[in-house]
Amino acid sequence: MAMTRRGFTKLLLGGGLLGWLGSALYPIISYLKPPEVPEDNVQAVKAGLASAFAINTAEIVKFGRKPVILVKTESGEFRAFAATCTHLECIVQYRGDLKQIWCACHNGLYDLHGRNVSGPPPRPLDEYAVNVVNDEILVSRMA
Amino acid sequence: MATDVEGSGAGSRRGANHRLYGWLDDRFHITPLIEFLRHKYVPVHRHTVWYYMGGVALFLFMVQVISGILLVLYYKPDEGNAFESVRFITTKVSFGWLIRSVHSWSANLMVFFVFVHMFSTFFTRAYKKPRELTWMTGFVMLALVMGFGFTGYLLPWNELSYFATKVGTDIAGAVPLVGNAIKVLLRGGDDVTGATLTRFYAIHIALLPAIFTAILVAHLIFVQRQGMHEPEYVQKLPTERKKMIPFFPNFLLRDTLLWLMVLNMVLFLAVFFPWELGEKADPFASAPEGIRPEWYFMFMFQTLKLLPAHVWFMEGEVLGIVGFGVLGVAWLLVPFWEMKRRPDGRPRPITLIGVAAIIYMVVMTIWGYLV
Repeated sequence: MAMTRRGFTKLLLGGGLLGWLGSALYPIISYLKPPEVPEDNVQAVKAGLASAFAINTAEIVKFGRKPVILVKTESGEFRAFAATCTHLECIVQYRGDLKQIWCACHNGLYDLHGRNVSGPPPRPLDEYAVNVVNDEILVSRMA
Repeated sequence: MATDVEGSGAGSRRGANHRLYGWLDDRFHITPLIEFLRHKYVPVHRHTVWYYMGGVALFLFMVQVISGILLVLYYKPDEGNAFESVRFITTKVSFGWLIRSVHSWSANLMVFFVFVHMFSTFFTRAYKKPRELTWMTGFVMLALVMGFGFTGYLLPWNELSYFATKVGTDIAGAVPLVGNAIKVLLRGGDDVTGATLTRFYAIHIALLPAIFTAILVAHLIFVQRQGMHEPEYVQKLPTERKKMIPFFPNFLLRDTLLWLMVLNMVLFLAVFFPWELGEKADPFASAPEGIRPEWYFMFMFQTLKLLPAHVWFMEGEVLGIVGFGVLGVAWLLVPFWEMKRRPDGRPRPITLIGVAAIIYMVVMTIWGYLV
């Protein structure tokens, strides 16, 4: 295929323009991508005194940057779950009247083992380990 | 007219473009505009090079808008986070160091080219009738550009910018009658604090861009409507001796080439001379040595430093500020106090005034940096 002078010039200029656009856009697009912020390497957090925690209530505990819901059941047992609803990431709350964990956004319900029992949530809540040492509640990641 | 058909592909593409053009033209009557641009010519003579300076300033403004929008994505405008967020941009974000340095360098070059543009229109006397409003909108934009520089300087919240802002707003406070009100309004309180930072941020990224853009559009419409000013000796030439080039594409392509060169210069400076971040501002630390404003405020700063504490019945500082205010207004109104040409062909007084202004600014700036 024969190439005319005009075609050749167009190719050079067009190629140059594309190359320039690439070199201008590459830094901008990389800039837009937020840098990874290292996740806090939290293994366990203290959550107050066990004796001061009322039965059949719950609290949201900060676990690094993640919210965890800490529940004291009627039998006085502590359980902790990731407080982020598996449906659309709202923060769940404990309903003492239902004895279930409830998400206000779309009426999702989880039982006291974190299992999704009704409403839209697709998966159970992740469970955290709770230990009480000298009356101090310790929430930690499941082994 | 889409009559020349190179190949079937090109032909149908042209056809599609033609239909789109027709659709738009039907609704917005763009043909007269296209015709206007097609018949727009730019005079060519030995002062043509100055025609490019406004374009360069415009290009640098566009660089500022783009890099500024990018910076806003990560910048946090409060006392506790501003410095850290700029450090985060320059150390953690990919190419953040580049974007930030480009913004700083391009800002300084923009101020420089705005000054060059202004003095070139001054010395070619392009401000004369019918271009009075082009000159005046340009002067207002110069003031706004300096406002951009002053407010943007504080945003990294480092020692130098903190004290420069204290000094700068204090000087504004010396303006007779309204000074204190201006100072409190600018600072968002009696002192330079986090409130000042938030205010300067709002002024820098919302207030000034909005006003500037509106005036810029007017300025550009004036230029397009009236065409390029020809220096007097070109105006006197017989038509057949005047050289012209079409604005589109000849002049625009030259503009683009120069813009590319300027962009390369900005990138070169940003890569090899990255803008410093300095130390975080501490309102309870003593001012470090060598506090000085940015170079384009230096001639005024140096003048105020040289004035004695009291001149006649006025405070020296007040006299300086009032003086610069009067001179600024006189400069704004240059088109209206046109001076007659001297019969003997010696330089016009107005040209001498311009030369004196440049010499004064250059000498004072250098002096300010030496002392």
